[in-house]
Amino acid sequence: MKNNRTINSAQQTFTFTRRTMFIGGVQAAFGLVLAGRMSYIAVAENEKYQLLSESNRVNLTLIPPRRGWFIDRTGKPIAINRADFRVDIIPDRMVDKEKTVATLAELLRLTPDEIERVNRELKQARGFQPIQVKDGLDYESFARINVRLPDLPGVSPRQGFSRYYPSGAAVGHLIGYVGAVSAEEYAEKKDPLLITPGFKIGKDALEKYFEPRLQGKPGAKRVEVTARGKIIRDLETRRDVPGKPLKLTIDIDLHNYAARRLGRESGSVVVIDCLTGDLLTLASMPSFDPNSFSDGIGVSEYKWLRENDHVPLRNKTLSGLYPPGSTIKPMVAMSFLDAGLDPDETAFCGGGLRVGDRIFHCWNRRGHGTVNMARAIYQSCDVYFYKFAQRMGMDVIAAMARRTGLGQKFPLEVSSQFYGTVPTPAWKLKKYGKKWTVADTVNSTIGQGYVLSNPLQLAIMAARLATGKKLSPHLLFDKKRKPAPSLGFTQEHIDYVRQAMSDVVNGPGTAGRARLPIPDVKLAGKTGTAQVVGLEKGRGGRGVPWKYRDHGLFICFAPFDKPRYAAAVVIEHGSGSSAAYPIARDVMTFLFDREKAMAALAGYEAGWGGNIEQRMARDLAAFRARAEAPTPADSKAADEAEEG
Amino acid sequence: MRHGIVPAPIAGLPWRLILLLLSLTFFGSLVLYSAAGGSVQPWAGKHVTRFLVFLAMAIVMSRFPLSFWKTVTFPIYGILVILLIVVEAIGFVGGGSQRWINLGFMNLQPSELMKPAVVLAVAWFFDRLPPSKITSFDAVWPVALILGLPWIMVALQPDLGTSIAILFGGVVVAFLAGWPLRYFVGAGGALLMLIPVGYFFLLEPYQQNRVTTFLDPESDPLGTGYHISQSKIAIGSGGLTGKGFLDGTQSHLDYLPEGHTDFVFATMAEEWGMIGGLGVLFGFFLLLRWGLNVSMKSRSRYGQLVAAGLTCTIFFYVVVNLMMVMGLAPVVGIPLPFLSHGGSSMLTIMICVGIIMSVERHPGTRIGAFG
Repeated sequence: MKNNRTINSAQQTFTFTRRTMFIGGVQAAFGLVLAGRMSYIAVAENEKYQLLSESNRVNLTLIPPRRGWFIDRTGKPIAINRADFRVDIIPDRMVDKEKTVATLAELLRLTPDEIERVNRELKQARGFQPIQVKDGLDYESFARINVRLPDLPGVSPRQGFSRYYPSGAAVGHLIGYVGAVSAEEYAEKKDPLLITPGFKIGKDALEKYFEPRLQGKPGAKRVEVTARGKIIRDLETRRDVPGKPLKLTIDIDLHNYAARRLGRESGSVVVIDCLTGDLLTLASMPSFDPNSFSDGIGVSEYKWLRENDHVPLRNKTLSGLYPPGSTIKPMVAMSFLDAGLDPDETAFCGGGLRVGDRIFHCWNRRGHGTVNMARAIYQSCDVYFYKFAQRMGMDVIAAMARRTGLGQKFPLEVSSQFYGTVPTPAWKLKKYGKKWTVADTVNSTIGQGYVLSNPLQLAIMAARLATGKKLSPHLLFDKKRKPAPSLGFTQEHIDYVRQAMSDVVNGPGTAGRARLPIPDVKLAGKTGTAQVVGLEKGRGGRGVPWKYRDHGLFICFAPFDKPRYAAAVVIEHGSGSSAAYPIARDVMTFLFDREKAMAALAGYEAGWGGNIEQRMARDLAAFRARAEAPTPADSKAADEAEEG
Repeated sequence: MRHGIVPAPIAGLPWRLILLLLSLTFFGSLVLYSAAGGSVQPWAGKHVTRFLVFLAMAIVMSRFPLSFWKTVTFPIYGILVILLIVVEAIGFVGGGSQRWINLGFMNLQPSELMKPAVVLAVAWFFDRLPPSKITSFDAVWPVALILGLPWIMVALQPDLGTSIAILFGGVVVAFLAGWPLRYFVGAGGALLMLIPVGYFFLLEPYQQNRVTTFLDPESDPLGTGYHISQSKIAIGSGGLTGKGFLDGTQSHLDYLPEGHTDFVFATMAEEWGMIGGLGVLFGFFLLLRWGLNVSMKSRSRYGQLVAAGLTCTIFFYVVVNLMMVMGLAPVVGIPLPFLSHGGSSMLTIMICVGIIMSVERHPGTRIGAFG
């Protein structure tokens, strides 16, 4: 192919020069672009990148605020914060979860239960949510973790505070417990404090109710960190503002005493100050240890609590509903007095009374003979009440029941209270669509049938009958409490009921063993036995399985002529009031003579096998041993597998 | 010649160039000193020492006449191709990709040295090619062969950045030698169409990743986008005058990866700000202007093509590195001359400088097309 343009070297040099200049130009253009880009990033976008650089460099960590204390009426601690060392894991930052947990388990000597809990929470956790591995660590374990920290991404050892309840299980139901914020709670508020490791919120009872007040304000710490999260230095620290302490009306010594005195029973004790309505004790046992709940409870411990037939997870003082039994007789008597019944009018008790086509028995089949109102109270004669209830009518009784607190919901700082039933003809018609019968009246008047109340209401009833004042229960201590208004009983009626109730204990009554071992203080009370199953299955005494036994109840106040304290004791399936009034006696004794009361308790606890903590630890260990023990079939299979 | 106090051989050295390179390198070692947390070890000291050794080497190289370079062009080219094959074989046996041969005192990366070697080889070819043949196919296939062989070896490694650099050097020389413009227009068009095909079929997944990340760094701020994001943060937070010597946080707190090698410019810009950055750019401008001036002043075709081609090789390093650091190009492992710590790349750059100096010393006489 012939090229008509011959290219010689001069032309080529010209091309070269031109093209070199072109390339020089291109290079200069690139240079300008780079210079422009550099200036744009460094000057125009400087602020943005400076911010990013700072947020790289500076790590802001919130310091969880210390929770406000709970203190009792004398200032003794009920819930406090203990300085401790803690190890958390942050799932998002972990690399090899399984290996990290295994290493931690080894370093911290975690129990299988704790490992199981950590793994379970790890599975459920969203990335941002820290999981507590263990708190309350000693310094050596804490140091061991810190040394290994570079190989353990996502592990966060910290120094902080943890909630501590010196009374342990005794205050579980009353105070509640704290725990880490759940994913749902965080989703609701989006407050970064909530997911700060070590931050806990109230999960139950008072801890939950007073959350805003107890929380306090978080502190903050700004630290310089490397890309790998190593802290170079502290830049600035703002201390946290602890939450305000809450002073309760509880007398923690009395409360603990009551909880211990309940022993192995499933029951509750409520003690009220008759001058103010202050709740001195709201003990419900068995209970859970809020300390272990606040650490994140293990599966087996939770299972142990849930499977216990004594329902340690229910606060019986507020959520336990029981037929009040004969404990409402003083209240019914007061309603008769108030409605004009002459207390000297008598009934004849021959062991039962025909009402309509049915015979209603007195608890005492042999009968009480001629019975007036006082005797009907201290001997707890059913027939007297069968007779006069028919004359006075259910509405009179129901009105008095409400006046003295039954069926009432009180303005208390608690998350839940069951308030039971005070049945009336109107109520029955509405609820069951059936007409009220005389039998219903007769049943109600001895605290059976439809009547249900919780132990707090029984204590209020006792206090109101004792004082004639409309006392309301309080949990928050307040020095300037207004005196309670009168209920409008006459002093004569009040004195009559007080004397009758004193005779229950100090006279020829049903609870002679409840007499206080204190010379000048007389206890007034009323026993009660509530049937759990119909009488046709037999008396609910000690001969039947535990869950069919009668509830034992006792209400009381002391001193009988100048009431200072009132109390109610309910023992589930205690086979009658004899399970309840010794406890009431000892708790009331404690109020007047601590040493005597403690001496009595020491004897009991020796028989029960230790105090609450010791017994719970032993029970839990036994439960775990049972759960882990292989069944005979299992071990046989294992033997065969080994042979094969 | 200046006054006779200084001996002629020393006075005759290109002092202005040496001063420029010394300033760049010294500045680089300051940055490396800071990147090491205020320590000469492990980078700054070695950096200066290596430079001084390579500078001596370059000065020695500048004494050789162009005829020497012509003679050794093909032997060197051939040895490097063999080394590339050896490296590939070692990598194959070792079960991974390897790019260097351990020489004991340093790791030699043959693909690095291939960059100037390719420029020499292509220039050598065009020097021999009669001017009349420049538009014929005879001007194409030998170049394709010279470039293709090492390109395939390097692309197999796979080393995207270096393989492009090798092509770039050779093609620039061909462009300057007078390949018809339609080649470039046509190739440009074809490339535009091939980019998507290449992206999907030729690139390894990690290379694809780098490209997508470059297009949208924030899409993966903790993965491959991390380098670019952190680099921009370092440069951007430096502002006009920087955070001050030894006060960079991005580099000292390890947020900036590769702060002493590929991303050394970001380390520098964080502490010295835009002033430092523009200073470095100006330094490279002077260097490249010198290189192109040398090529234009050279009267031999070989000298012209070699000087310009090697200058463009240096340019390629600078521009790709800076674009990458500023988020204008994907992350490819190309260091910044005189600032980045690394033996192979500095050796390559100083070989380029040495040969350009040789061209400067030996402008030669105009050699006719039929000489």
